[in-house]
Amino acid sequence: MSLDIDVDHRRGNFRLQARFTAAPGLTALFGRSGSGKTSLVNIAGGLIRPDRGRIAIDGQTLVDTERGVCVPAHRRRIGYVFQDSRLFPHLSVRRNLLYGRWFARGDGGAAADLGSVVELLGIGHLLERDPDSLSGGEKQRVAIGRALLARPRLVLMDEPLASLDEARRAEILPFIERLRDEAGVPILYVSHSVAEVARLATTVVILSEGTVAAVGPVQDILPMADAADGGAVLEARIVRHDETFHLSVLESAAGELQVPRLDAPAGAHVRAYIRARDVMLSLRPPEDISALNVLAGRIASISATTNAQADVRLDCSGAVLMARLTAKSVDRLALAPGRPVYAVVKSMSFERS
Amino acid sequence: MTPEEWTAVRLSLLIATTATFASLPFGIAVAWLLARGRFWGRSLLDTLVHLPLIMPPVVTGYLLLLSFGRRGPVGSFLAEEFGIVFSFRWTGAALACAIMGFPLMVRAIRLSIEAVDQRLEAAAGTLGANPLWVFATVTLPLCLPGIIAGAILAFAKSMGEFGATITFVSNIPGETQTLPSLIYTLTQVPGGDAAAMRLTLVSIAISMLALLGSELLAKRIGARRQTA
Repeated sequence: MSLDIDVDHRRGNFRLQARFTAAPGLTALFGRSGSGKTSLVNIAGGLIRPDRGRIAIDGQTLVDTERGVCVPAHRRRIGYVFQDSRLFPHLSVRRNLLYGRWFARGDGGAAADLGSVVELLGIGHLLERDPDSLSGGEKQRVAIGRALLARPRLVLMDEPLASLDEARRAEILPFIERLRDEAGVPILYVSHSVAEVARLATTVVILSEGTVAAVGPVQDILPMADAADGGAVLEARIVRHDETFHLSVLESAAGELQVPRLDAPAGAHVRAYIRARDVMLSLRPPEDISALNVLAGRIASISATTNAQADVRLDCSGAVLMARLTAKSVDRLALAPGRPVYAVVKSMSFERS
Repeated sequence: MTPEEWTAVRLSLLIATTATFASLPFGIAVAWLLARGRFWGRSLLDTLVHLPLIMPPVVTGYLLLLSFGRRGPVGSFLAEEFGIVFSFRWTGAALACAIMGFPLMVRAIRLSIEAVDQRLEAAAGTLGANPLWVFATVTLPLCLPGIIAGAILAFAKSMGEFGATITFVSNIPGETQTLPSLIYTLTQVPGGDAAAMRLTLVSIAISMLALLGSELLAKRIGARRQTA
C-alpha cells in the first residue's frame, strides 16, 4: 500500500512542486502555514486538479495530466478528515457515519464495520445525537469514523486537531495512534505541530515553500526540521512506574529516562520527544544536580543556526539527541564533533502530548 | 356561498396546486443552474426567468396566447402530436400561473442553494457520492426550507393571478373562472358587492392558511433535524 505523488501546481505567485511516496503507517506532511500542505492533500483527495503531474495509489493511476487522466474525488476511495469536521447537519451521527458505506461497494480498502469503528473511536454513546450538539473533539472523532467507514485505501487528515484546545487534542491523539496501528489504512497527516508529528508519525515529509525539503523516518527527519522548537524523538518502553514520586521510568537506546507518571502500563511502547532547548550539555558527569536524566553521548555535528546560537546533534548509543546552545557555550566548552559529552534533561521538561 | 362561487374556489385551488407542483422540478433545476452554473448565457437565463415579474401580466398572457393558443406554433404542435390543449382550459390557467409564479419560486430556491455550504458537498464527494447523489442527499435536504418557501410563494401568486390568466384562457365559469376572475366579474355587475366581499375574505383566508402551513412544515423539518 503506497501513494506516489509527483505534482506541479501554480496558484498566483505560489508554486507547489512536490514529489514523494507515502508508505504504510502515518506519513506526516510537516511545514509552516503557507508551505503548501493543504493544497497537496487537496490534490491527493481530488478537490484540486494539479497543473501537471502524476498521482498513483498502489500503482493505480489517479492523476496523469500528460495522458489526461483525472479520477474524480468520489471514485478515488480516499478518505478525508477535514480541519472543520464537516459533518452533515441534517443527519444524525449514526447516519453521518454510515453515509460513505452506501458507496463503498466492491472490494479493496480496509474492512470496517460500524461496531468496530464505534468501539475504536469511543463514540457509541453519540450515535443518536445531532452533530450540532457535539463538542469539537467528538465531532472530529465522528468525522474520522465517517471517513473510515467509506472503506478508504488512504486517509487524508488536514490538521484534524488544529481547531481544538489542548484537552481535546489529548483526547483524540490516542485514537489516531490506534488507527495508525490497528486499522491498517495508511494515513497522510498534515500538521505544523512538532509535538503531534513526534508522537504520531512513522514517516515525515518536510514541506517548505512548496517543495519537499526532506523525507524519511521520524527519528532521522525531525531533528532536521527547522522549527522554532526543533528536537529529537526517542523510541522508548515503560520499564516501571515510581508511585512514590509519580514518575515513569523509560528505557531507550540512549539510556534510562525518568518522566512524569504516564497513564500506560509497564511494557507499553511510547515516544519521548525532547526539545533541543530543554537539553543542557556537560563535559563531565554532573553531580548533585536536580535534573534526573543524564545521557552519555558524543557530538555528531554542530550547526550554527544564528550568530548567537547553535544546534548540537548528539549520538547517544545510536539514538539522535538535539541540544540548542548559545554560541558562547559552544566556545567556552570548546565543543567539537567527536567530543564525548553528557546531556542533561529535566524530567519536568517532558509533557504528555 | 353559491355553487358558482364554490366552483371558482375549487378551481382556483386545483389550478394553483397544479401550477406549483408542476413547476417545482423546473424551478429547482433553474435555481441550481443560476446558483452554481458557470456557463455562457447564464445572465440571459436569469433575465428570461425574471421577465414575467417585470412585464405587464396582460403581455405575458398575450404572448402565451400567441404561442400556446390553438393556432400558435407550440399550441398546435402539442394539440396535434399529444392532444394537449391549453387555450381556454383550466390547464392553460395553470400554465399561466406557473409562469407568473416562476421568478418568485426560483429566487427563493436559488438563495437557499447559494447558502448551502459547498464544503459539505466536497466532503460527501470524498465519501464516494457522485455529484447527483451529493445533490440528492446533501444539497436538496439542506435547502428544503427554501424550496418550501419558494413553493408557497408560487402557490400564493397562483391564487391571485389574474391578468395573464384572463388574457390567455378568458373567464369561463367552471373551466377557467378562478377566484380573482369571479371577484372581478362580480364587481362589474350591480348587486355583486356582497358576493365579491365574501370571496375576498375566502381569498385572504386561503393565503393565510398557506402561509401558516408552510411555517408549520418548516418547524417540523427543524424539529426532525433536532431529534434525528
